[in-house]
Amino acid sequence: MQILFIIISAITLVSAVLVVSVRNLFHAALYMMLSFLGVAALYALLESGFMAATQLLVYIGAISILVIFAIMMTRRLMQTTESPFNSQWGMSGFVSASLFVLIGAIVLQVYPLDPAVAGGAPPAEELVTNTVNQLGVAFTSADQLVLPFELASVLLLVALVGSIIIARPDVEAEVEDES
Amino acid sequence: MIPLSWYLIVSACLFCIGLYGVMARRNAVAMLMAVELTLNAVNINLIAFWRYNNPGEPIGVAWAIFVLTVAAAEAAVGLALIISIYRQRDSVVAEELDILKY
Repeated sequence: MQILFIIISAITLVSAVLVVSVRNLFHAALYMMLSFLGVAALYALLESGFMAATQLLVYIGAISILVIFAIMMTRRLMQTTESPFNSQWGMSGFVSASLFVLIGAIVLQVYPLDPAVAGGAPPAEELVTNTVNQLGVAFTSADQLVLPFELASVLLLVALVGSIIIARPDVEAEVEDES
Repeated sequence: MIPLSWYLIVSACLFCIGLYGVMARRNAVAMLMAVELTLNAVNINLIAFWRYNNPGEPIGVAWAIFVLTVAAAEAAVGLALIISIYRQRDSVVAEELDILKY
């Protein structure tokens, strides 16, 4: 289990580094899909099959394809001559690294790193089935999560309509051109 | 037997890589991809805490699903904005987008 975790994490993190450093944006999008796949495997290791499946569907299925479409529709992105980083990349690296050290120090203060000391996850019977059942009940019960659930659907609808309106070409200008 | 801290460290590392991408990349689409990485890191944290501390209640997974929903909406609107900007300015390099400045 531990070796599996280390391999999956290594794949996820290495491909994430490649996402932010590779010159060709299309390759970056492919590495991003690999990184998402690693995160889905981490969900599976955490016995959250529902989240793993959702990750595959939403991130790898939808968001990656959206990003690849955006890359293909903006022509100059594929150009590989100029540097992919702006002038503040050194400072950004310093800030990110120190944030990582800070978070790591806090985590290690609270949760021990040694598996013999910390132990694994608590045992849970039939976790995958139970979780899906509980989620379904929680999302439809009036005293639980039904309001956030409906708000999320409204948010998705608004985002969909909004992105269509933002991204479509200027209709008035086209009408003037034709007349 | 995987301790909780391992998940938290991996998640922190993924978050910082994404943060670096947002701050250092010149291209707006690349910045959006880095934002997706950070949102994934947050979700790993949520699911790990749920599994280790409170696997009987589905609230941790529900949070993660809401984060996922907002991430999908953000990606759609963000990419639409980038395409719209590309139509007007013929560029998606974040430094060259200074319409609001003057």
